[in-house]
Amino acid sequence: MSISKKSRTKIKNTGTFLVFAGPSLFFFVMTILVPLVYGVYLTFTDWNGISREKNIVGLENYIKAFGDVKFWQSLLLTIIFTGIAVLLVNYIAFHLARLVTKGVRFQNFYRASFFTPNLIGGVVLGYIWQFIFGRVLVAFGKSLDIGFLSKSWLSDTKLAMAALILVTVWQYSGYMMLIYIAGLMNVPKELLEAGKIDGCDEKACRKYIVMPMMISSFIICIFLTITRCFMTYDLNFSLTEGNPFGSTVMASMYVYRKAFSEKNYGLGQTEAILLFVVCAFVSLMQIYFTKKKEVQA
Amino acid sequence: MRKKKTYGKSSFLLTVLLLVYIFPFFLVLINSFKSKRDVVKNPLSLIGEEGFCPENYLLALKRMDFWNVFLNSLLITVVSVLLIVLFSSMTAYLFARCKWKINKLFFSLMILSMVIPFQVLMIPIVSVYGSVLHVLNSRLTLICMHVGFGVSMGTFMFHGAIVSSIPLELEEAAKIDGASRMKIYRSVVLPLLKPTVVTLVIIDSLAIWNDYLLPSLVLVKKELYTLPIAAQSFHGDFSSDYGLMMAGMVMSVIPILILYFILQKHIIEGVVAGAVKG
Repeated sequence: MSISKKSRTKIKNTGTFLVFAGPSLFFFVMTILVPLVYGVYLTFTDWNGISREKNIVGLENYIKAFGDVKFWQSLLLTIIFTGIAVLLVNYIAFHLARLVTKGVRFQNFYRASFFTPNLIGGVVLGYIWQFIFGRVLVAFGKSLDIGFLSKSWLSDTKLAMAALILVTVWQYSGYMMLIYIAGLMNVPKELLEAGKIDGCDEKACRKYIVMPMMISSFIICIFLTITRCFMTYDLNFSLTEGNPFGSTVMASMYVYRKAFSEKNYGLGQTEAILLFVVCAFVSLMQIYFTKKKEVQA
Repeated sequence: MRKKKTYGKSSFLLTVLLLVYIFPFFLVLINSFKSKRDVVKNPLSLIGEEGFCPENYLLALKRMDFWNVFLNSLLITVVSVLLIVLFSSMTAYLFARCKWKINKLFFSLMILSMVIPFQVLMIPIVSVYGSVLHVLNSRLTLICMHVGFGVSMGTFMFHGAIVSSIPLELEEAAKIDGASRMKIYRSVVLPLLKPTVVTLVIIDSLAIWNDYLLPSLVLVKKELYTLPIAAQSFHGDFSSDYGLMMAGMVMSVIPILILYFILQKHIIEGVVAGAVKG
C-alpha cells in the first residue's frame, strides 16, 4: 500500500517535471549542452566538416593552437581593442550619465537618443559606418584639405582599428550610460548633502562618495563591455572584414574563418575554447579586483 | 544664479554630443535620397544635383524582397520570444517551488551556461545540425535554437522574480481551493510576473531581431533570410550604388525605430532591468 502510494507520487512528480521543465530543458540541452560536449569532442579530431570519418588525433589540435602565431596575434589584437574600448566606453558613459541626471531640460530625450545605436544590429551599423568612413569623411577631408581625413580610414592598418574602436564606443556608451544612470539614482542624497556640509565640492563628492557607491554599476558595465568586445564579430565582419591586409582580424573572426573557410573544424573549435577561457579569465579578474573596492552606505 | 550657469553649460555640451551621436543617421538618411552619381560627387550635400530621388526606396524594397524578409524576421522573433517566455516561466515556477535534486542540477547548469559565448557553440551547432542531422535551412530549427539560447536567462530572471515577489500564501490559498499546479501557474503566478515578462520580451526581441551570426549559419536559402542577413546580402550586391544601399539600410532599421518611438520608456527600463539582473 505504502509502496504504491510512493510510486504514485513519483509518477505524478515526473509528470509535473516533464510538463513544466520538459520543453525548456529539451531546447536547452539540444542547443547548449549537446553542442558543448560535441565541441569538446571535436577538439580531439581532425574533422574538416565534410568527410564521413573523423580521426581522433589526441591533443594535436591543442599543440597546434598553442603554436598558431596568427591566432595569438588576433587574440592580442582583440585584447588591445577591448582594453581601449572598455576604458573609453565606460569613461564616456559615466560622464554622459552624469550630464543627463543633472535635471537639464529634455534629459529623457537625450537619454533615449544616446541609446539609439544599440537598437540596431552590428551588421547594419557596420555598413552605415563603412559608408561614412569610406565616402563622407573622405569628401569632407578633401574639401577642407585635412590630411588624415582625405584618405579612407578603412584602408590604413592602424586607422581601421581606430575606426572599429570608435564605432564600438559610439554604440555601447549609450547602453552603459543607462546602467550608470540607474546607479547614480541609487546614491543616497543624504550622503551627498553630508559631503557638501563637510566641504566637498562637486569633484570631491564624485570621487569620495558617488564613485565608491557605484562600484556595482562599474562591475556590471565593465563586465558587459569586456565580454561584448572580446566576442565582437558582426561589426568586425561588416565594417572592415578583417582588412586592410588582415590587420583587423579579431579572435572571433579568426576562429570563424579557421572553421568555416579553412574547413578545419577541430582546430577552430579548440581555438574558440581558448578564446573563451581567456575572456572568462579576464572578466573574472576584473570582478575580483573591482569587488574589493565595494563599500556599504 | 550659479546653478543656472552650469546647467547652461551641460545643456550646450549635451546638444553638441547629441549632434555627434545622431549625425551618422542623418548622413545615411540624406544620402538614401540621392542618385548614385550625386552620392559619389558630394555625400555632404543635403539634396543632390539630380534632385530628390525616392526611387531608391522602391528599388530597395523590391531587390531586398523586403516584405518577405520582414515577415520572416517578425515570425521568427515573435514565436521565439513567446516560447521563451512561456517555457522559462513554467520552468522557473517549478524550480522555485520544488527543491528536487534534478531541478537544482539543471538550474545550476542553466546559470553556468549563461557565460558561454556563442562562438564556442557555433562550430558544433553547424556540425551536429548541418552535417549529422541535416535540419538547417529551416525557420523552425532557428526558432528552436533561439529558444534554447533564451530559456536560461528567462528561467533565471523568472526564478528571481518568483522567489522575491510572489507570496507562497497566495499559492497555498489557491491550492486549498482545489487548484492544480497548472491552474495556479496560469491564474496566480503568471499574472504577477507581468513586469518580468515585459523586460524579457524586450531584451529577447531586440537580441533575436538583430541577431546575425546564428541565422546566417542556419538559414542559407534566400527566401528564408531575416533582415540582418538580407542587409548583408543587399550590401554585397549593391556596394557601389551608395544611394540605393543606404535606402536599404534605412529600411532595415525603420521597424525597430518605430517600435522604439512608441515603447521608448518600456524599452529603456527593460534593458536596464535585464542588464542589472542578468
